[in-house]
Amino acid sequence: MSKVLPVGCSGIRLQRGSRVVLDVPSLVLGNAACTAIVGPNGAGKSLLVRTLCDLQKVDQGSVSWAGRAPDWPRRRRVGLLLQRPVLLRRTALNNLLHALQLAGSARADAFVVAQDALQVAGLGALVDVLAHRLSGGEQQRLALARALVLKPDMLFMDEATANVDPASTLAIEQQLTNAMSDGLKVVLVSHDMGQVRRLADEVVLMNNGCVVEQSARQHFFEQTNNPISRRWLAGELLVT
Amino acid sequence: MQSFSEALYEAFALIIAFDGELREIILLSLTVSLSAVLIAALVGLPAGAWLATTSSRWRPVLITLVSSLMGLPPVVVGLVVYLLLSNAGVLGPLQLLYTPTAMIIAQAILITPILIALTRETLAQLYEQHREQLVLLGATAGQRMRTLLWEGRHGLLTALLAGFGRAIAEVGAVIIVGGNINHVTRVMTTTIALETSKGNLALALGLGIVLVLIAVSVNAAVLALSASVRRHGHALHE
Repeated sequence: MSKVLPVGCSGIRLQRGSRVVLDVPSLVLGNAACTAIVGPNGAGKSLLVRTLCDLQKVDQGSVSWAGRAPDWPRRRRVGLLLQRPVLLRRTALNNLLHALQLAGSARADAFVVAQDALQVAGLGALVDVLAHRLSGGEQQRLALARALVLKPDMLFMDEATANVDPASTLAIEQQLTNAMSDGLKVVLVSHDMGQVRRLADEVVLMNNGCVVEQSARQHFFEQTNNPISRRWLAGELLVT
Repeated sequence: MQSFSEALYEAFALIIAFDGELREIILLSLTVSLSAVLIAALVGLPAGAWLATTSSRWRPVLITLVSSLMGLPPVVVGLVVYLLLSNAGVLGPLQLLYTPTAMIIAQAILITPILIALTRETLAQLYEQHREQLVLLGATAGQRMRTLLWEGRHGLLTALLAGFGRAIAEVGAVIIVGGNINHVTRVMTTTIALETSKGNLALALGLGIVLVLIAVSVNAAVLALSASVRRHGHALHE
């Protein structure tokens, strides 16, 4: 199957009323195993992620998956996990079976794959529990299992662990780390700097709809010369 | 003309004895209306699901059209079906006029718009929650509709019951296309109309009581269902 990496965009611009909410001349993601997108609230992080996932249309510019515009056959190669998982009112197992069957798996194969995926996600004891009866952390782990079972090349996480207890966060991070060692690229939108330091190899700082800096994690946290990055790292509010 | 209390007494006696004629009429009513619901569901559920998920530019027009059709007067539907099925009509050769089939057709036409509108309403709400996730899962239009129809099954059951309630209580259309022929096309509502005008209040009242009981149980079922849907909600974060 054709690839989607790297995921990038050029010249994208999005306006809401008179305000420019996204203005990114060029960005390429997928060279690092894990990229963290950080920045203040309203910086455009979620919009950027949704644009790169081809869920958000922009006024100008284009998104590219492996050099070509996003297309339907490659849709499942790019995953997205949201802060609030959207699950079906079915059992945990049936949520995974649904995703696999949409992707064209035969029922018998899907059953085996889904069972395995739930075991790996640490949800083996909860296969027959209705998804909406699971705790918030378990729901997010199920959503991650559903995203991973489709074998994406790139997975975006938009504050996916913001509402999740530490134990589930640990389980999610471990699962991500395992998937990354199998070649998955992860793009993490997070306010949790501990998480960014634990997982990210690369950091993208956004402010006012623009990308301020994209650099290796260590460089970003310890050696950056960018004045805005330095102010942000010093804990200042970037209002001007 | 009987006194009301006599008629009421006799009506209960009829119901308790479950008299042959009464049974025949109730069974025909149920058969006709349940068949109509089945047919209307086969059209209405997919059509409603399509309207809920499509981005066609005709969508607003179609939604308005369906909403207007919800208020179709039964006698008008009866008249149109009558014209279609009568010997001079396009469907005349089928010889369906004054048969239960004609009544099923009329009731199905009457409640299909209701099922389309209620299905669309139920599923449009769900689609709002699930649209992006379904896109991310790579679901095709057909897969989205199927997923939503199953996801909204409790709400859709309410819609089916509402359609059934409307069908079984309807008199204008079935009396025109069925003709209210004894032992052939006589249902509860048409019998009540006829027997009342004949002054045979016992049978009319007996059927009236059964009809009200059916209506009340359908409504109770609708309420119980929607309460349980609300309680268990579609939202995953309660």
